[in-house]
Amino acid sequence: MIAIHYFASIREALDCEHENIDLPDDVKTVEQLISYLIKKHGTPWADVLGAGSLMIAVNHEMTDSNAVLDAGDEVAFFPPVTGG
Amino acid sequence: MKISIQKADFDIAIETQQLREANPETGALVTFSGLVRDMDNERQVESLTLEHYPGMTESSLEAIMTEAQERWSILDASVIHRIGELKAGEQIVFVAVVSLHRGDAFSACEFIMDFLKTRAPFWKKCRDEHGESWVESKASDDEASARW
Repeated sequence: MIAIHYFASIREALDCEHENIDLPDDVKTVEQLISYLIKKHGTPWADVLGAGSLMIAVNHEMTDSNAVLDAGDEVAFFPPVTGG
Repeated sequence: MKISIQKADFDIAIETQQLREANPETGALVTFSGLVRDMDNERQVESLTLEHYPGMTESSLEAIMTEAQERWSILDASVIHRIGELKAGEQIVFVAVVSLHRGDAFSACEFIMDFLKTRAPFWKKCRDEHGESWVESKASDDEASARW
């Protein structure tokens, strides 16, 4: 099982804040997770998670789509940050 | 080091006093405060709503401040970032750094702020006369953090 969190404009575009999924055997990286989520959910996910500006964190660390996933990981997808 | 993510406003005088008392060897104290501008892109701003990623926000700020401590000779630092709805003119963010001499405190304060703007997971939604919209990230912020 992994936990997925969506933030800010991405959360609103998907109308989804959080989901837990059982990691399929063929999903070993964030890139593969994104493909899996697009296949599972369809249209809004394809547009939102396919955006070049997408930012990714795994277990609270910024990373990229090559990051390797393990059961128990927390993955977050969000737009470029705008704090301060 | 102090990191606080809070809805409540902060008092710069109290925050700097705490840093001075905790670090009696301080010779330089540099602070930065960010406020909600009343105009943005020629639109009258009513308020900003700040969202963040609890847990990652704190750990990313801690990593930024630790890196500042490794790069400059600083004694201590504080970062306060407010969340929730903030009206035009209100304080959003506070960064303070104390050191023996001013050069380290100036550089570390600017570094922390530049990295906060590009690495810490906060997002602003702006309410103005036309409605609500998410604030877009700025290329100038990426350039500011890239120079370090």
